[in-house]
Amino acid sequence: MRPRLRERGHPGPATGISVKTDAQIAAMRRAGKVVAAVLGALQAVVAPGVETAELDRVAEDIIRSHGARPSFKGYNGFPASVCTSVNDEVVHGLPGRRVLREGDIVGIDVGAMVDGFHADAAATFAVGEIAPATRRLVQVTKQALEDGIAQARAGRTLRELARAIEARVVASGYSVVRELVGHGIGAAMHEPPQVPNYAAGANALKLRAGMTLAIEPMVNEGGCEITKDTDGWTFRTRDGGLSAHWEHTVAVGEDGAEIMTAPEGAGGGG
Amino acid sequence: MSKETPIEVEGVVLETRPNAMFKVKLEAGHEVLAHVSGKIRMSYIRILPGDRVKLEVSPYDLTRGRIVWRYK
Repeated sequence: MRPRLRERGHPGPATGISVKTDAQIAAMRRAGKVVAAVLGALQAVVAPGVETAELDRVAEDIIRSHGARPSFKGYNGFPASVCTSVNDEVVHGLPGRRVLREGDIVGIDVGAMVDGFHADAAATFAVGEIAPATRRLVQVTKQALEDGIAQARAGRTLRELARAIEARVVASGYSVVRELVGHGIGAAMHEPPQVPNYAAGANALKLRAGMTLAIEPMVNEGGCEITKDTDGWTFRTRDGGLSAHWEHTVAVGEDGAEIMTAPEGAGGGG
Repeated sequence: MSKETPIEVEGVVLETRPNAMFKVKLEAGHEVLAHVSGKIRMSYIRILPGDRVKLEVSPYDLTRGRIVWRYK
């Protein structure tokens, strides 16, 4: 009986997945605007010679000037408002004295909380001019995110979403990180369900309008294996290859997803 | 910020094997050999063929799992 319930899209007895009210989604939209403003501002700050700690300072200033709170600061003891992950660093890099150099790529991940609700997004920026092969990795990762978001509509499953991302990445000759996954988001930064970026890791849970997800492909140029740094946070590719990361917080709708962390003027509908 | 965690998947127990191991068919289609988490063992929850269970699967070895929950 129970498997059949699941096939019909029943979320099951103990999933803990919440469907947000319009008021809750409105709060997340406000948080998303703050996150988008931070990423937009940081894109202009990223340049050769800039310390990653500077990105963190700028981000925290912008978040607090909007009356929001940085979601990451203090999360499981994370010391900063953004994660800055350079080149072979996959995600969760700690801002510090590292200086960005021409030709680097830097993944910036940021979260903000407004009226008790979080939004979370990430982008990978070029530092000065980057090699064409590096640009392609960044572009494919962004495209994989868009492919995943296109599946974030009522009636689709988490596995269809994951498959769309994985297909794009694998067809481009790259690999998808498996140990780290996207997540539900709302009153907590990490809520059920897990949102893996590869089909074999995702279940057949049917998406419903009002679910809010942080979708975030992490794509490696070489192998998918990663290791954690001795700082306890930073993940790197094991083979030292480059890694890119893009993320948006979206609300699942009947006819498509609303991107709550879309840049100003880019439109979030569709 | 991504969630750092073992990948959780769901499946149905196909058969029980010696040494408290179970063969489980995952929703994603493939079969894994799974053992039972210590927490479940302590509360003496019996797991039978046909039960729906939640497993943690290592992303490196998709043929092994750890049963962390049996749905009532």
